[in-house]
This record gives sequence, structure tokens and C-alpha cells, in this order.
Amino acid sequence: MNGYNFAYLDEPTKRMIRRAILKAVAIPGHQVPFGAREMPLPYGWGTGGIQVTAAILGADDVLKVIDQGADDTTNAVSIRRFFSHVAGVETTTRTRDATVIQTRHRIPETPLTGDQILVYQVPLPEPLAKLEPSRAETKQMHALADYGLMHVKLYEDIARFGHVTISYDYPVMVNGRYLMSPSPIPAFDTLKMNRMPALQLFGAGREKRIYAVPPYTTVRPLDFDDHPFSLTRAPHACALCGATNSYLDEVVTDDRGSRMFVCSDTDYCADRRGEMEGDAS
Amino acid sequence: MMNTAGHPMLKTHGVHKSFTLHLQGGTTMPVLENVELTVNSGECVVLSGPSGAGKSTLMRSLYGNYRVGEGSILIRHQDSWVDLATADPRSILAVRRDTLGYVSQFLRVVPRVPTIEIVAEALTLRGADHAEAVTRARTLLLRLNLPERLHNLPPATFSGGEQQRVNLARGFIGGHPILLLDEPTASLDAINRDAVVGLVAEAKAAGTAILGIVHDLPTRDAIADRLFKLYPAQMAAA
Amino acid sequence: MTLPLLEAHDLQLQFGSIRALDHVSMALWPGEVLAIVGESGSGKTTLLKVLSGSDKPDAGQVLYRDPELALHDVHAMGAPQLRALHRSDWGFVQQNPRDALRMGVSAGGNVGERLMAQGDRNYGNIRQVALDWLAQVEIDGRRIDDLPRTFSGGMLQRLQIARTLATHPRLVFMDEPTGGLDVSVQAKLLDLIRSLVSRLGLAVILVTHDIAVARLLAGRILVMRRGQVVETGLTDQVLDDPQHPYTQLLVSSVLQA
Repeated sequence: MNGYNFAYLDEPTKRMIRRAILKAVAIPGHQVPFGAREMPLPYGWGTGGIQVTAAILGADDVLKVIDQGADDTTNAVSIRRFFSHVAGVETTTRTRDATVIQTRHRIPETPLTGDQILVYQVPLPEPLAKLEPSRAETKQMHALADYGLMHVKLYEDIARFGHVTISYDYPVMVNGRYLMSPSPIPAFDTLKMNRMPALQLFGAGREKRIYAVPPYTTVRPLDFDDHPFSLTRAPHACALCGATNSYLDEVVTDDRGSRMFVCSDTDYCADRRGEMEGDAS
Repeated sequence: MMNTAGHPMLKTHGVHKSFTLHLQGGTTMPVLENVELTVNSGECVVLSGPSGAGKSTLMRSLYGNYRVGEGSILIRHQDSWVDLATADPRSILAVRRDTLGYVSQFLRVVPRVPTIEIVAEALTLRGADHAEAVTRARTLLLRLNLPERLHNLPPATFSGGEQQRVNLARGFIGGHPILLLDEPTASLDAINRDAVVGLVAEAKAAGTAILGIVHDLPTRDAIADRLFKLYPAQMAAA
Repeated sequence: MTLPLLEAHDLQLQFGSIRALDHVSMALWPGEVLAIVGESGSGKTTLLKVLSGSDKPDAGQVLYRDPELALHDVHAMGAPQLRALHRSDWGFVQQNPRDALRMGVSAGGNVGERLMAQGDRNYGNIRQVALDWLAQVEIDGRRIDDLPRTFSGGMLQRLQIARTLATHPRLVFMDEPTGGLDVSVQAKLLDLIRSLVSRLGLAVILVTHDIAVARLLAGRILVMRRGQVVETGLTDQVLDDPQHPYTQLLVSSVLQA
């Protein structure tokens, strides 16, 4: 295969990463350190996710890669091309057909199944990092499940703005034990993580951490009884497929301020449009 | 009027007290020797004796403020006797809170706290309602001729006589069964001395056992049922 | 007869050749204020750290009796239990409020943090408790959403006290609580601490080098020198009739205002 080992990483490295993944699955939401390798693309472009994908990919897998929900953006295209080159695996843009989906900042709208694995690219795995700069202290807080500080952040938001203003990377409790960053997915996607049939793996390359949410694990956004977590979504229907329950991107269409709202999940949007055409014909 | 006169409230046996001055090469100064004193409910005993006879030292020892070397200081506290010479600090504090009141010559309080609160606190510490304590404090301060405009000021800037009256109000408001008065009228004028005489008479009538140091003779004669004489202890060799 | 809340038995701690704690024993009963006094380097702050579990002694035990009267060896319990104790039954007031407060979090968030750490998940309740406590420490409720950095030194210390007491601890450790303040502010804070302590029935261990502070706040006092307790007893008795040469020196060295 063009002089590369299958899926680029050498076998001992993949084994090391798989061990980290197994440990992460055994302790849902807990960040497991791993020896992240240099990858042929810069940090911030998904090196953590790529290493996780490389470690779990088999020759029969069908890979889908999305960036902000889209299959056709630079990051998604280049990672998809990378794996088809170094692993020779089949790739797809269709959520239903994929066995492994690597994602940056979204969860597909189409519900995932137990036969699928969702791999998240994570820039900052530590949910407490912005509140407590000391890594030693945040480790201690995780060990003791001492998460009052995260609630202080939510309290501050409500006190200042009347509601929680976290619109992406919304902190969640996994399995009632660990506070976890869901990666910068929109808060809109947070509830999809709860009891998801698919295995969810998270890889942070620069920070050298892997964590996981096993299938059917409870994932709850942090909130207050009297200020419960609520979904926020642009109050529009998709301009292309008319969906009223999907997460929307705002697209500026000209220099005069015209804009339209379209599904961020391109596969979902295309699917719906296909169905509509099918209905019409 | 309740007839409560007669039973002992405070008894001392063989009380000795000396001071060892470590900073003056360990000089020992005996002050009290073999003091045997009893004060009954409803009576006022006044300590007499020349200056240096140890009247103030005895008074402070009876309050547990000084530690006596030998002997016992028995206080009738809630139907049992507590020996202040051997009691642990928490017992002494309990005795002071509920049984033993003290009017000292000097006012020692948290700075910047209003007079009325200082006086009321003596009552709230015993569990009284704050509003009620303030009302009683006001009545008592007025009775001691401390005008109302001073009640909400801290006593730090008051004259000696005014501070003395704050101290008296604090001592009398609690209604303790035993009251120690250390020079309660030293800096008071005749009118205020009369007010103190009135307070003492009422306390006695209510069964309070009172022990005092009073130098001014008219007051002493007006309140004392009997005198208890102290003699200077022998100066021991250094 | 009530039992002590906290007991220390024969504590020893050596830093190199310095005996920081030399066979120190003490007990603290519910609702009482105990002052630990002594000069810098006498071991009083070390004792506070050992009693509160943050420093381990070389030998000796610290026992805490919980409300159900069960005894816990403070240095044998795990970090999670100790931390749980520190955010429930215990409180700690630092000399410098900036060490304890979160300066980037509003006054209300600072007071509410302990409640949230204990699992309170009702925003309205947390806010109400924060407002109540700000009132108790005489901070204007309108400042609930202000950051501590806009507060004066005295207000910061009062905010720290509110933050510490919001979860109703039974035992509060105080390390020079009036130490960094102007004299005029000290008096007000002393009065506040005094009234809160008596109203809430708190047990307090107070470390101070200021004998006047000990006299005004503490029922009992413990005088330390070179890691040893040289004298202990009723505060006014120890200060007015000191028996030990060192205590006599300490008392006679105080300036009379």
C-alpha cells in the first residue's frame, strides 16, 4: 500500500491507542492519556481523531468524515482522501452506509446505530480548563467528582444574561460520574449523545487524551432544576429541504446582507431533498 | 416579695493567691491567705481593708479571672456547687453566663459597637430575644441617667462615669443570681450613686447575692448588709 | 456532658531541625471559640494546618466527631472524604481573602459555590441564599453580581466569611482573619465574627498573633512557643493572670491604646 502500513500508523502504535480506547470505554467520560504521534497534518486539523480512526479502522470499514456537518469541506475531504489512500477503505458521504464516522463539531442528524462508531476530533478535552488553569487541580476535581465550579460558570451566565450562554461544547455529565467536554459540537447536538446506540470515541492530538462514551450510556447536560437545559436552534426552516428540526448554518449569499439558513448536515439535507423529488415524481 | 434570703450562693475555703513575676527574676508576691468567705442570697457583702489587702484580687479570683493557688471557690450554679478554682474553662464560662455577673472598673468591648448593643448582648447571650433585650437595655441605661442620644454611640469616647454606667447596665441586665461589683460607683456623681443603690436594693430583694468593693462610704453604708475585712498578706522573701 | 468536636493527641511535626509541633494536644467543644496565639514561627499556623488536615503530622492523631458522634481520624481518611468535610461540616477563613475567593466570579457565585459543590441545583435557591448571606455580612445585595475585585479589603473578607458560612459548617478554622485589614475595618469585622459565631453556635479555631483579637473573640486560649503549648485555659484568666514566663512576656509586650 504505497509503502505505508495499513491506516498509516504502525501496529505497536495502534495497539497502544487501542489500549487507551479500551480503558476509556471502561471508564466513561474519563480522559486517558496516550502517546499521540506526529501526523502528516497540523494540530487543530483533527490529529487526535485521525489517530483514533486509524487504530480502529479495519479493511471492511466504510468511512465517512464530516467537518461542521459537511462532507465537502477541505478538512473532511482531505481526511477522507488520506484514509482511502493509506488504508484503501471504502469511503462514503452517506451516514447510513458508514461504519466509522469521524467528525469535527457535529453529530449527524440521522440517528446512529449500534453498528457504527462516531469519532470526535477534540481540541480541548478538559472541560474545566477555562475555569481552573491548574491541570493538577482539575485532575483532583475529576478524581473527587468536585464539579461545583462548573455550576458556578452556569450560575454566572444566568445571573448576567438570564440564561446559560454556552452555545457549543456544552459540559455534560457522563454516566453520572465524569464531567466531559463533548468537543465543540453545538449545544443543539448535546442530547443526541444520551443513550446513543453507537460507540462514541474522542481523540485530542495536541493534548494527548482519549475518552469515550460507550453505547447506551447516560449523558446529561449540566443545568439547574429551575433553569433546565434547553435546545437552541435558529427559528427557521432549511431553505433547501425545509427541515424544521435540524441544526442550521447561516449562509451569506451576497454583498448586500442577504442570507439563508440551510442544514449543516449536508447528507441529511440531500437525503430529504432526494425523498421530496422521489415523492414528486 | 420572694423570701429567698439566707442560703449560701458563694463560699470560699482556704483561698491562697500569689503572683510569680517571671520577668522580675521570679519574685513571688503573696496577696491572699486563707480567705474564708460566704455570701448568701439576698445579701450584699462589701469587702473592706486597706489598699493592697487584695480586695480586687479576691474579686477577680471569685470571677475565675485570676487563678488561685490553693483553696476552693464554690459557686451555687443551677442547684449544684462548682469550684471555680478547679473547674475547666467551659464550666467557668457556663457559670459566668448563667450565674455569676461582674461589673469591673474598666469597660472592655469590641470597638465601634453601639452602647445599646453592648448592654443587650449580656442578655441575648443568655438566650433572650434581641428586641426584648434592647428594650430592657434602654430602660436600664435611662435609669442610670445615660441619655438616649448616647445609646447608639460606641462607648469609647464616653467619660469615665458614662462608661461606668454602661458597665453597670451590662452587669445588672442579666439578672444573675450572684453579682460581683468592683468599684461600681468610683466615678459617679451623687445622683448616679443613688441609682446604683436602688439597683442593688432591687437585686437583693430579688434574692441576688452581691459582693462588692465600694470605697465611698455613703454608698457602702446604703447597700452593705455586712463587711468582710481583708488583711495584707505577708511579703515573702524573693 | 457534650463530647469534643475535634481532638488532637500528642501531635509532632519536625521541619528539618525545627520542631514545628512538639507533643501538642488539644480539644475543641461544639460552639466554643479557641484562640491559638504566639509569635511568628511559634507553630500556630502549622497547628492549624495539621488540625484542618492539610498538613500531616509525623506522629499523633487528629480526631473529628461528626454530628452522629462517630469519630474520624482526619489524617487517615481519604482525600475525597476530607474534601467533602471541608465543604460541608468545616469551613476555612484565610488571612488573605484573595486566596480563598474566585476573583473572576461574582459575589453571588462565590457565596453559591459551596452550595453547588454540595449538589444544590436550584438557581433561585442558590441566589436567595447568596442574598441572605450578603445581608448577614452587611454587603449590599445590589452588589451580588459584581466581581470581588471591585470590593474593598474589608468587604472581601466579609465576602469570604459569607462564602464559608453559606453551607452552615459546624467548625470554622480562621487564620488571622483580621490580619490584613486597617484597624478601623478590623473592629467592624471582629464584631461581625463575634455575633455570627454566637448566633450560629459555631466552633472556631482562631489563629492570631493579636492578643486583643483573642480576648474579644475567644473563650479559651492556647499559647504556643517553639512548637509547644506553654499555657492554655480561659482566655481572660491566661491573659490577666499568666502563669508561664513566656505568656507574661507576651502579655506585657502589648501596647496599650
